Amino acid sequence: MNKPLRRIAIFCGLLVLTLLIRDNWLQYVQADELKEDEHNRRVAIERYASPRGDIIVDGKAITGHATTKGDFKYKRTYKDGAMWAPVTGYVSQAFGATQLEAIDDGILTGNDDRLFFRNTLDMITGKKREGGNVVTTLNSAAQKAAYDGLKKQGAKGAVVAIEPSTGKILSMASYPSYDPTVIAGSNDAAGEAWNKLQKKNNPDDPMLNRALREIYPPGSTFKVVTAAAALEHDLYGSADEKTDSPLPWTMPGTTTELKNEGNLPCEDATLREALRVSCNTVFGKVGYDLGNDKMLETAKKFGFTEEQFVPVRSSASVFSDDMNDSQVALSSIGQYNTAATPLQMAMVTSAIANNGTLMKPYMVDALQAPNLDTIEKTDPEEMSKPLSADNAQILQSMMETVVKDGTGTNAQIDGVTVGGKTGTAQHGENNSKNPYAWFISYAKTDDGSSPVAVAVVIEDENAVRDDISGGGLAAPIAKNVMEAVIDSKK
Amino acid sequence: MSSTTNPSTHHTSTIGAIGAPSRRNTELALLVFAVLIPVFAYANVGLAINDEVPAGLLSYGFGLGLLAGVGHLVVRKFAPYADPLMLPLATLLNGLGLVAIWRLDQSELLQDIEQAGTAAPRQLMYTAMGIALFVAVMIFLKDHRVLQRYTYISMLGALFLLLLPLVPGLGKNIYGAKIWIQVGSFSIQPGEFAKIVLAIFFAGYLMVKRDALALASRRFMGLYLPRGRDLGPILVVWIVSILILVFETDLGTSLLFFGMFVIMLYVATERTSWIVFGLMMSAVGAVGVASFEPHIQQRVDAWLDPMKEYTLSRAGVTGHSEQAMQALWAFGSGGTLGTGWGQGHSELIRFAANSDFILATFGEELGLAGLMAVLLLYALIVERGVRTALAARDPFGKLLAIGLSGAFALQVFVVAGGVMGLIPLTGMTMPFLAYGGSSVIANWALIGILLRISDTARRPAPAAPASPDAEMTQVVRP
Repeated sequence: MNKPLRRIAIFCGLLVLTLLIRDNWLQYVQADELKEDEHNRRVAIERYASPRGDIIVDGKAITGHATTKGDFKYKRTYKDGAMWAPVTGYVSQAFGATQLEAIDDGILTGNDDRLFFRNTLDMITGKKREGGNVVTTLNSAAQKAAYDGLKKQGAKGAVVAIEPSTGKILSMASYPSYDPTVIAGSNDAAGEAWNKLQKKNNPDDPMLNRALREIYPPGSTFKVVTAAAALEHDLYGSADEKTDSPLPWTMPGTTTELKNEGNLPCEDATLREALRVSCNTVFGKVGYDLGNDKMLETAKKFGFTEEQFVPVRSSASVFSDDMNDSQVALSSIGQYNTAATPLQMAMVTSAIANNGTLMKPYMVDALQAPNLDTIEKTDPEEMSKPLSADNAQILQSMMETVVKDGTGTNAQIDGVTVGGKTGTAQHGENNSKNPYAWFISYAKTDDGSSPVAVAVVIEDENAVRDDISGGGLAAPIAKNVMEAVIDSKK
Repeated sequence: MSSTTNPSTHHTSTIGAIGAPSRRNTELALLVFAVLIPVFAYANVGLAINDEVPAGLLSYGFGLGLLAGVGHLVVRKFAPYADPLMLPLATLLNGLGLVAIWRLDQSELLQDIEQAGTAAPRQLMYTAMGIALFVAVMIFLKDHRVLQRYTYISMLGALFLLLLPLVPGLGKNIYGAKIWIQVGSFSIQPGEFAKIVLAIFFAGYLMVKRDALALASRRFMGLYLPRGRDLGPILVVWIVSILILVFETDLGTSLLFFGMFVIMLYVATERTSWIVFGLMMSAVGAVGVASFEPHIQQRVDAWLDPMKEYTLSRAGVTGHSEQAMQALWAFGSGGTLGTGWGQGHSELIRFAANSDFILATFGEELGLAGLMAVLLLYALIVERGVRTALAARDPFGKLLAIGLSGAFALQVFVVAGGVMGLIPLTGMTMPFLAYGGSSVIANWALIGILLRISDTARRPAPAAPASPDAEMTQVVRP
């Protein structure tokens, strides 16, 4: 009987050997693949196992963390979450992360490759892994002015403010907003809050970052781009020479007269005068005279047609490249297909205020390791030069006239030179929908440098059409933001 | 055995019979380690989860030590020549299992499953009952050959146990497999006990019939084919296995019993043809039943594509389970060295994390290294069992020992292979490690019987037998 016994022994040995081989396959060959599988909950558990690093504004954290029940230990909290949501985005145990929270996730969780050496040291010394910080360029006073201004209007809208000399984003507000703290967890309350915020359940779409992701027809504010194109392409040499602008003006190829808003002195008006009272006929004709290609060239230099990464992605602003004459004319006054994000119009303003040089906009100043060592610092970077310094100064003087005694008087600040432009963009079939109120402006200090350029847009479906004008609704917000920046520099 | 006068009879024994040391002190030394290792593991879990040495450390260590000590003293007194390795191996596995169960008790995620948080004390109680049964076997079973008398009673007993879960009102369907009965607040898995009783029946039956089964055969294509009427027994066992599969929908139990029978048949008759027949019949049975039984089909689907099963389960489709995939993630996340006691997340397996799937906890927290060590502990138990079969002097003892060891090996393979995704999952548990009273108690009895056989085998013969061919003269007919 012993021969078959020995064979059975070998058989049992083979069974165990098979198990050992399978174990090696699972836990050695396939281990990493299984370990890092996105469906493996351990990945998420690890992610929320230690407090997340903070997002910093003006040296203070605008984020925090709280402990939660269950296997996810920490969740994100936000201070003034609604105000800062367009900057931070959200990070949620249940719904993932967006915007800055997603882009700099590696630093904030401490998993970034640049922290590898530090993490390895920590592992040896038995220290718990920590997340690093993201230091932003934002200015909390300016952000508060922007958000409070929008909130007071109670209408949808957005504000972006940029430091023209560097491209630092000082303020980025969107209204209505949401507090990302309520969706940070993974419990039922977070799920409910999430559902309430979705566009299909909430027509106000509070999670839309209007400052970066919504494109609006810029209306008359686009006339500064058209004016820049006229000066750059030598259509006109100065702000004060008479233009070739008939009134009434029938758009070429059509029988339609381009109308001004009211009875304005626009016939052969100078560029300064045309900008001051916002003549559609003058700038429509300028756009037609320059043609599609030259207008597009200038618009592109200001950043149109490209997505911007600040590092959060913004939508691409639109200026078409295949328009007929009348469409070019309409586009040149910020109508037809032309559409811009609030960021885009802030970039236009900042380029003019910075004597023609457009700095690449950014909002992350530095990334810090958990011990506050700087890992990466963002240096200001020139993006393009849409117009010469001389032409920029001509345009500045025109915009300053607008604020001094034009449509933008609401933005005047005592003792500070302010240049701006209003806009009232019409949209919808036959302009049936309520227009958007725009205001773009910059402030200039005594030494000629500009600390802030700002763009404000307000969409108000409830207001009476006549009540909406860039000067009335948007300019006071722009003024408060500029004042906040100037005050914080004192 | 008169090995000094007739060395040629040495073929039945690999362990010297005359003057063999009892090795009881070896066993005691190994037992010390078998108790200390789980105690350290227990402390480790407490430190990892609560940052403190668990309050129950002393009582736990004392409890396990006491049980092991009682086991040892009883063996020393009643089976002094028994194998010295099996008791320490079983104690170690049992102790490690207790630690893993206690560790899963601490998990917040598992607080909503049955007996949450109290599984470890219960398992300790089951262990005590197991040791009690072990002690009873040691004391009352003076000679394993006594069991031979109960061959046909064993058959009836095994059938009774196997059919119990089908009794309406008594049987319990847990996640599709009907291998449980409910008595009061206790769930009992009669199959675990049936395993032992059935081994006794097979051993007794085959010992009597082996000559007829072995010799009366025709040669065909290099195989000795059994006569038609000799196919009877294997057909009956096959049909019973298929019935278990169909009515209790448990592939593991079915495979275990049929596999055990084929192994014992092969050892009894030394005819390879039985193995071929057995494999063919298992394949036909498994494939045949799987083609119409949805529960088995689901197990096979989960085995072939666990990720799809996970996705379906997550999508809320009923009848699907994410366990298989969760177990694979647990193994993978453990990697080579594991996360360390208490630092893994095997509780994500949820239901049955501390029973059927307990091996995943070992895989994740002790890693490849630790799990291979655990598998080798099982391999050692099987090896000692086979060695006992080789050393046994009587055919009944040989058959019983190989039947029990073979069934043990098959069970380890079927469960570990199922949890590791090597074969479809079945409803059985890892002996000693997994939470479950039936399993622990039955396996302690199994170890008891193996120790008894090994004691008889290694015991120096009081007097030389009349005939040198001891094997043939010790046949006792029931």
